Amino acid sequence: MTKVTMTVNGKSVSKEVRGNMLMTEFLRDELHLTGTHVGCDTSQCGACTIHVNGENVKGCTIFAAECDGAEVGTIEGQANADGSLNVIQQAFQDHHGLQCGFCTPGMVMAAASLLQENPKPSEAEIRHYLEGNICRCTGYHNIVKAIMAASGQDVSSIAAE
Amino acid sequence: MPKDHGIGAAQKRREDVRFLTGAGQYTDDINTYGQAYCHFLRSDVAHGKITSIDTSAAEAMPGVVRIFTGKDFEGIGGLPCGWQVTDKHGEPMKEPAHPVLAQGKVRHVGDPICAVIADTLDQARDAAEAIEVEIEDLPAVVDMKAALESGAALVHDDLSDNLCYDWQFGSDQEAVDKAFAEAAHVTTLELVNNRLVANPMEPRVALGEYNRANDESTLYTTSQNPHVIRLLMGAFVLGIPEHKLRVVAPDVGGGFGTKIFHYAEEAFVTFASRQINRPVKWTSTRSEAFMSDAHGRDHVTKIELALDADNNFIGLRTDTLANMGAYLSTFSSSVPTWLHGTLMAGNYKTPAIQVNVKAVFTNTVPVDAYRGAGRPEATFQLERLVDKAARELGVDPIKLRRQNFIESFPYATPVAVEYDTGDYVATMDKLEAMIDIPGFAARRAESEAKGKLRGLGVNCYIEACGIAPSNLVGQLGARAGLYDAATVRVNATGSISVMVGAHSHGQGHETAFPQVVADMLGIDESMIDIVHGDTSKIPFGMGTYGSRSLAVCGSAMVRATEKIINKAKKIAAHLMEASEGDIELKDGQFTVAGTDKSVAWGDVTLAAYVPHNYPLTEIEPGLEETAFYDPANFTYPAGAYACEVEVDPETGKVTIERFAAADDFGNVVNPMIVEGQVHGGLAQGIGQALLESCVYDADGQLLSASYMDYAMPRAGDVPFYMVDHSCATPCTHNPLGVKGCGEAGAIGSPPAVVNAVLDALNHAGHDVAHIDMPVSPHRVWQAMQG
Ligand code: FES
Ligand code: FES
Repeated sequence: MTKVTMTVNGKSVSKEVRGNMLMTEFLRDELHLTGTHVGCDTSQCGACTIHVNGENVKGCTIFAAECDGAEVGTIEGQANADGSLNVIQQAFQDHHGLQCGFCTPGMVMAAASLLQENPKPSEAEIRHYLEGNICRCTGYHNIVKAIMAASGQDVSSIAAE
Repeated sequence: MPKDHGIGAAQKRREDVRFLTGAGQYTDDINTYGQAYCHFLRSDVAHGKITSIDTSAAEAMPGVVRIFTGKDFEGIGGLPCGWQVTDKHGEPMKEPAHPVLAQGKVRHVGDPICAVIADTLDQARDAAEAIEVEIEDLPAVVDMKAALESGAALVHDDLSDNLCYDWQFGSDQEAVDKAFAEAAHVTTLELVNNRLVANPMEPRVALGEYNRANDESTLYTTSQNPHVIRLLMGAFVLGIPEHKLRVVAPDVGGGFGTKIFHYAEEAFVTFASRQINRPVKWTSTRSEAFMSDAHGRDHVTKIELALDADNNFIGLRTDTLANMGAYLSTFSSSVPTWLHGTLMAGNYKTPAIQVNVKAVFTNTVPVDAYRGAGRPEATFQLERLVDKAARELGVDPIKLRRQNFIESFPYATPVAVEYDTGDYVATMDKLEAMIDIPGFAARRAESEAKGKLRGLGVNCYIEACGIAPSNLVGQLGARAGLYDAATVRVNATGSISVMVGAHSHGQGHETAFPQVVADMLGIDESMIDIVHGDTSKIPFGMGTYGSRSLAVCGSAMVRATEKIINKAKKIAAHLMEASEGDIELKDGQFTVAGTDKSVAWGDVTLAAYVPHNYPLTEIEPGLEETAFYDPANFTYPAGAYACEVEVDPETGKVTIERFAAADDFGNVVNPMIVEGQVHGGLAQGIGQALLESCVYDADGQLLSASYMDYAMPRAGDVPFYMVDHSCATPCTHNPLGVKGCGEAGAIGSPPAVVNAVLDALNHAGHDVAHIDMPVSPHRVWQAMQG
């Protein structure tokens, strides 16, 4: 067991953890932040996407112990201070970019990183960036559209509103 | 003007707020006090005799609570199959036992042998490694043709062969033979409908809890139909009376069919939690899901079309081998028969049709319904065949389809179903405009200038949703009724809870269902909540699959709301001292026709619960009504799809450039949700056509057992889709006129994609009759090499 201290969604937390405890387990089981989902065991699906020191990271590929001292962001920390949806979350709702909602936290986190790096991504850039996030429900159409809309681009001409 | 409220409005989904903030509650998010963790030790061989199991070392390991084996389930029921198919000789299908934990033999990779329960998951996993299981390998049967040969190893020793049933259905033999004898042209095609893994993003979870104080069990599970699970598990497997059993399916992260079925793990955690008097939780890993969730499709087919000298379809016959896997999953037997054979007419007026299906046991994971279930298999066969016929005859594939379309309704097909409404010509007109047929030549020239081949593929589909009615499906072998139920509970202040038998796992019921009730009552949607997914709260309903939610459960909700309106009118009549027949309800106000008297919705509901001035001798207090709705027929959504692909002749890689889907779903309650359902189906269908394939080696090893080996469609594999549902012919027999939309995309898209690839290749001078799915770069490249 090692002791880790980190900031999660702006709040400092300290816990004893097993050396092999994944961040997904730490967040879900220790901190009860169950918005970070686990969809696979091969780091392919992206349902577990979080931010570690501002970087896009798959929570299932990193140990909690490695995040000692880090600034961690999860889906629970994404909404605006007053609890309303942030621009990306709102765009996902407005453009129906989610159905069952299971991949959604990972998609929102990935989208936030993308827009940080590239504030006006093209359709192709978005599709490419989402390579590591699988959604089985939406067919991606509305996810890509939502991310374009969140970046301030006009999506009114995209087929099938 | 687009509506902003009620039926037809593209209302934003209310459930999204919790999903977008990480506040959804999926089954794995639930933990109970004192829970233990379960890990299944699964077979790593496809077929073998279990000669010994030694759990003694494992039992002594830290944290281990108890280890269960097949022995613990002796004398307890196995997993039941919900549909009995009768073969062409009138004999019932073979129904081998399907134990919760393997007994004597393992029959597929992933078959559970032992279940270890420990204080932590790590402890359970560690202990499982210390269990010594000896298995004497037996030859595995994987290929269906080989499985049917005499002398093939038997998946079930108590059966005489691996044939589950040999089913035949359709027109008289004589009529079919005559059509083929008289044909001017016969087109024949052999094809495979590739085995798929449904892969909802949320892996399955089962958490069993037992309360010794009142002898009640609760099962939290990732299910599409909690009441069905309660019935099957309680009555058939564990013998627990239903009133002592509660099944909860909270937020569920996608299903696509694979969460319809009753699985061993659900029965196991419920059983084990009673035995050890402690909650037991199992969470599937993705790799485990690949070998324990029911798979989909897996047909090998030969199909033939007879045409007369004018290119009219005069006869169709099809022979299919359908893989059942090692055991009969809950609805598996119905998929290749009643869900597939009855749709073989497609959109065409072929007068003589015969369907033959042999269902085969193999040493593979059980196969069952997956998005579309049977209908995608029927559509793929037929629409590939029609395209091949057009190419052989040198006629335009759209023209050939149009010429053979059914044009007058109702239409009784030779395969026992009657389409109530449809307009296939209008849908095809719409599709042609959407995909821009006249502009195709220029787009092809552009591709060719880049050294690429371009193809356009078109197809139609018909689907049967809202499977029903109960007395008919009963005759066909269903062991359950297929109605649904809704309770509308109006509260004293006028707000409403609607308890429904349907289950939402991405379909947006919490948003769409209130739109219907709000419209009927003339009140705001925000007054209405939908309750689903918990057998302790909802009326007995059949859950969600086969695009039945709105057509069946929505209709029950309409019927229950009508009862509410009738009773509320009586109360309003009393309050206004008017005659009941004169009361009208509009915009949430009850008025007396021809007067200015009115009373608001909330005043009527309050009177029902505070019955001071109330005709108690004539009307019961309260305002709560339930309706069970059993549909008169299936509904028949239909559509026409077009796909344009670019093929790289150097590599064989196929890229989807354009996709158009014109669907007839009848009336639409929430167009935004409907379009989303189509998009999702399209991606799954495109996935099947280009990427997805569940592969076994000859020994029955599952080679595609993770996302590293099973190619899931990703954002870069699909385009923006053009979808339209304006060619609506409302269903004539349900009160909403709705037909169902969830499966359309997955049914209609695979043939469009494959037809497009073949068009590209043939236009470039390659003479390629067919490529099996997935149409991978390797297969395309090989086909081009001749
Ligand atoms: S759970 Fe981390 S990538 Fe799938
Ligand atoms: S919304 Fe269900 S997996 Fe993406």
